[in-house]
Amino acid sequence: MDYFDRFAIPHPSPAIYASMVAIGLTMIAIVIGLTYFKKWGYLWSEWLTTVDHKRIGIMYLIAALLMLFRGGVDALMMRAQTAVPDNKLLDAQHYNEVFTTHGVVMIIFMAMPFIYALMNFVVPLQIGARDVAFPRLNALSFWLFFMGAMLFNISFVIGGSPDAGWTSYFPLAGNDFSQSVGTNYYMLSIQIAGIGTLISGINFITTIFRMRAPGMKLMKMPMFTWTTLITNAIVVFAFPVLTIALLLGTMDRLFGAHIFSMTNGGMDMLWANLFWVWGHPEVYILILPAFGIYSEVISTFSRRNLYGYKSMVASIVIISFFSFLVWMHHFYTMGQGPLSNSIFSITTMAIAIPTGIKIFNWLLTMRKGKIKFTVPMLYSVGFIPIFTIGGVTGVMLGMASADYQYHNTMFLVAHFHYTIIPGVVFAMLAGLTYWWPKMFGFMLSERIGKWAFWFIAIGTNVAFFPMFFTGLDGQARRMYTYSEATGFGPLNMLSFVGAIGLAIGFALIVYNIYYSVRYASRDIGSDPWDARTLEWATQTPVQSYNFARTPQVDSIEALWDLKRNGKPVFQGEIEKIHMPNSSGMPFIMSCIFFAWGFSLIFSMWIPAIITTIAIFACMAHRSFEKDDGHYISVEEIKATEKDWEVLNDENR
Amino acid sequence: MMKIDNSLPLEYANEQNKMNIFGFWIFIGAEVMLFATLFATYFTLEHRVGNGPAGAEIFELTPVLIETLVLLTSSFTIGLAMNAMRLGKKNAMLTFFSITLLLGLVFLGVEIYEFTHYASIGAGLQVSAFTGILLTTLGTHGAHVTVGLFWGLFIIMQVKKHGLTPKTANKSFIFSLYWHFLDIVWIFIFSFIYLKGMM
Repeated sequence: MDYFDRFAIPHPSPAIYASMVAIGLTMIAIVIGLTYFKKWGYLWSEWLTTVDHKRIGIMYLIAALLMLFRGGVDALMMRAQTAVPDNKLLDAQHYNEVFTTHGVVMIIFMAMPFIYALMNFVVPLQIGARDVAFPRLNALSFWLFFMGAMLFNISFVIGGSPDAGWTSYFPLAGNDFSQSVGTNYYMLSIQIAGIGTLISGINFITTIFRMRAPGMKLMKMPMFTWTTLITNAIVVFAFPVLTIALLLGTMDRLFGAHIFSMTNGGMDMLWANLFWVWGHPEVYILILPAFGIYSEVISTFSRRNLYGYKSMVASIVIISFFSFLVWMHHFYTMGQGPLSNSIFSITTMAIAIPTGIKIFNWLLTMRKGKIKFTVPMLYSVGFIPIFTIGGVTGVMLGMASADYQYHNTMFLVAHFHYTIIPGVVFAMLAGLTYWWPKMFGFMLSERIGKWAFWFIAIGTNVAFFPMFFTGLDGQARRMYTYSEATGFGPLNMLSFVGAIGLAIGFALIVYNIYYSVRYASRDIGSDPWDARTLEWATQTPVQSYNFARTPQVDSIEALWDLKRNGKPVFQGEIEKIHMPNSSGMPFIMSCIFFAWGFSLIFSMWIPAIITTIAIFACMAHRSFEKDDGHYISVEEIKATEKDWEVLNDENR
Repeated sequence: MMKIDNSLPLEYANEQNKMNIFGFWIFIGAEVMLFATLFATYFTLEHRVGNGPAGAEIFELTPVLIETLVLLTSSFTIGLAMNAMRLGKKNAMLTFFSITLLLGLVFLGVEIYEFTHYASIGAGLQVSAFTGILLTTLGTHGAHVTVGLFWGLFIIMQVKKHGLTPKTANKSFIFSLYWHFLDIVWIFIFSFIYLKGMM
């Protein structure tokens, strides 16, 4: 039994045991359900082996929503613990674990898959392509992310959660101070998911550069496609830094190296630098796609073309450049001297300029527009003032000398939630609602959606605005409790109330999905929002080959020009279409990656070696595999398109 | 297969081939960042030797020089292999390709000797920050070479079996990009780790 002791939880509690039981029961229920309804074959052939960018997008979406739930429960536990002084709901160790997993799950396993969900589904459609450049790799990206996420999520029931913060600073994250396997989980699960993300980055850049419809020059791409392109460029340049940081961290933790240790020459600050050289670009990896979604949504529902297209593109590019030059502002107080602090202070504040340009462009797009306040538009309009509070407090934090007052207080926590929630979460919810009919063939209820919006918008402010004050009064972040004498109690209670509001908002979104699945009309046509870009020129739901005929484009808003000015987009004869084959290899290989990560986490060397060989065997199999894809015949395309062409003409 | 464009070399003959090469260039961009991060970390930790040895005390010129010459030559021979491929000479291509891999194997053998030597003189992974990052950087490059050897072997087998087709030519060309890239990384390792360390 000694062998199995390593899997025990170092710091158990009834809640964790209850979770174990719940996880076990859920898995049994899934297995029984799939068997009872005879869905194993369907699951395997339609989903687990698919290389279709639309289905991969939907799987990313499901994973992101699941992780939103997990991260949200973590958040509620934290707010509940700090709601009253000297609370005993969580102890210090559990609180450390909860804020660590909340951060990692929300950034890496919720926000990242959410943006890749929308990119996967929308971008090939927006540029008039059949799929992404490397469909098989796209499936691999998803499954690597998914297995990384699952690996991270089992940590709290097998071996113990990571507890060194989502930034996992050394020396705290080193073996001396973090003795459980928790930080090993951090190093390896993020590594696996990160490799998937890097592959996605390469895939999307190639797709956007090489697969655009004829006539779609770079400066005629829709704004979401532009932000996707630049975002993935950041991914390709930032994620290798994370790969190395995690590799070096793994060397320290598993193989006893001294890269980040306090002894034998190691340098703990090096981790902070490497982490944030990736981490700050990561912030823009999350926010740029959001900016793209807002551009699409605001333009569509203001009934106007996007104001300042060229300046939008320029500001995205400038932001992506600056994103690599500001990392040090995350640790002004850690002693690198006034010169570096001043330089990074200036670059940090400089980012506010291109961001400000974008804000004004959106405002000017709305000016004189016939604004329709749909749910996506509400999120977009709500984003502007709330995000601006986040941005302005960001400039405050960006001033190095002032930062000594704010650093690691709740003021900082308030600031970054004020940027990430309106900047990323609002955008994802806007994008979700906006593209939902294209994904699933029905619309989400506007009425319930608006209720959810108001709960989330007000909840965000109630939860996080009080933290500006408690932070300025000196409440440190990551402290599991405080005494009554500090006077932080009432404002923290207010934060908790706001968190409940947010939770109700998200519950309403879940209810909305349930409600709309049951009651929403399926007869919505292909373009229910009267939108402007090519993804709305396909059938709903979209055919596997996307477009029967390759679109010909000569404007930024091809569909709008088709609808309003009668400019033809689809011309010529229908030809047979080449499609990639499905494959189980990405899924199998990612499962092996999961086993590989798990073996390394627990220093089980023989399984680790076997799985390493198995991973390379999968790659060898791919090299020798004969896979030329298949064709969809003209007759088949004509048969599926026939009904739609008629409907389509009625719509116009 | 997709439409073949005969005006272009085989490796660029169809759209998927072009995308493969384009995508691989972006992958190399990511690899540049990967090794740049390793080098930056190496330079930061270079003199943080703790109680362990410094670079000047452990570096030996002879094995490093052999590794350098062998790898530079292999980069030349993979270039010759690509030239033969463009001329449609399958056997010449296979010969140069095989020489490339043999040279890579020699490189790897010497590097394994080098690693065991470091371990035997008390410069193992766990000794200091310097030895840790040195062995991780060299090891990352060496792991790339190892993967390349297997990958190259598979490509040789496929060219032998199927001849020079758009598919095999595409794979071979991409492999040559990878191999040249590893060579360039080695030039940086040779100049900025070994020579700088020995001075």
